[in-house]
Amino acid sequence: MAYDYESSIRPGKLPHIWCPGCGHGIVMKGLIRAMDTCELDRKNTAIVSGIGCASRLPGYLDACTLHTAHGRAAAFATGVKMAKPGMNVICVGGDGDGTAIGGNHFIHACRRNIDLTYVIMNNYIYGMTGGQFSPCTPTGMLASTTPYGNPDPVFDISKLAIGAGATFVARTTAMHPRQIDKLITQGIKHKGMAIIEVLDDCPTSYGRRNKFRSVIDMMKRLKDNAVPVKAAAKMTPEQLEGKFLTGVLYHDTELPEYCEQYEALTKKAQNA
Amino acid sequence: MSGARIEVIERNCKGCSICVEFCPKNVLEMDVFLVTAPRPEDCIKCMQCELLCPDFAIKVHDE
Ligand SMILES: Cc1ncc(C[n+]2csc(CCOP(=O)(O)OP(=O)(O)O)c2C)c(N)n1
Ligand code: SF4
Ligand code: SF4
Ligand code: SF4
Ligand SMILES: [Mg+2]
Repeated sequence: MAYDYESSIRPGKLPHIWCPGCGHGIVMKGLIRAMDTCELDRKNTAIVSGIGCASRLPGYLDACTLHTAHGRAAAFATGVKMAKPGMNVICVGGDGDGTAIGGNHFIHACRRNIDLTYVIMNNYIYGMTGGQFSPCTPTGMLASTTPYGNPDPVFDISKLAIGAGATFVARTTAMHPRQIDKLITQGIKHKGMAIIEVLDDCPTSYGRRNKFRSVIDMMKRLKDNAVPVKAAAKMTPEQLEGKFLTGVLYHDTELPEYCEQYEALTKKAQNA
Repeated sequence: MSGARIEVIERNCKGCSICVEFCPKNVLEMDVFLVTAPRPEDCIKCMQCELLCPDFAIKVHDE
């Protein structure tokens, strides 16, 4: 009944550093369940992150973990996967880390269709550094750097990933814990670049400034505005206003995976 | 059959009240900053509290 998360966590690491109600912990639990479902040998599994609250996640997990430079999770993960193609490589991180400073690495890892699983926790803000706006902060919302409202249009991370060439792209929220582990499991099993965007909450640096009354308010927003892709197909654009699609948004099993292509190229060069 | 033993790991609980809010059977309650389970006999073991707790602080056991 009660789930054994403790076997996957480094001894003495709990309680974690995340604020009360921060969704990153819910995502971490989903990731642990997915790794269990896939029976990943932790000695052959690398969890790679950049910098940010979300990027603190690998430090808690009893696996091969890499906490790297800001925005560079995809770059380091690409290196690990190229050197050890037999290893399971999972990236985790935030919207700021993955789409602002790390946007370039993110899109090029997608373009290569390298066999990584990237769990990106989108809490719409730079949480760790006190709430500067990220490329995912909704237009009009408040951040420490947009005191009159954010004038910028937003990145839709999943659409960005599909456009850049990722072959498995899915979205869920911190309020859909069972879907988190289901989608990460599918992502791990997919051969190629898998992006799982988890819409998340940051009560401290985003919620408070934007007059969400509580973390519960933020969680209800995630619950109420999620529309499964199948249901969305029957809805009008007006009905979908302000909603977001959840589930598998894109899946292509045909496109070749990068490490395999590279190995074939290596063989060709050796035989030339 | 309903009823369960709810374990709260006080060391980990940060009092966010997510588990209390999303329990469909009103089993849980906040005692200032800590969650308590005054009505374990009403639990239907849906596991929502355990799944949604960001802090590894609540466990639902058979019993
Ligand atoms: C090169 C560099 N620039 C800036 C920073 C400061 N910095 C640390 S975390 C962060 C943003 C993290 O935001 P996000 O990835 O969304 O994670 P969150 O904290 O929201 O989970 C920034 C800008 C840094 N550590 N290194
Ligand atoms: S600042 Fe925001 S993202 Fe960081 S731990 Fe706190 S709630 Fe989570
Ligand atoms: S398992 Fe479900 S019914 Fe039981 S306490 Fe948790 S949320 Fe409530
Ligand atoms: S969800 Fe977890 S941390 Fe939050 S009040 Fe409940 S047991 Fe405590
Ligand atoms: Mg963020």
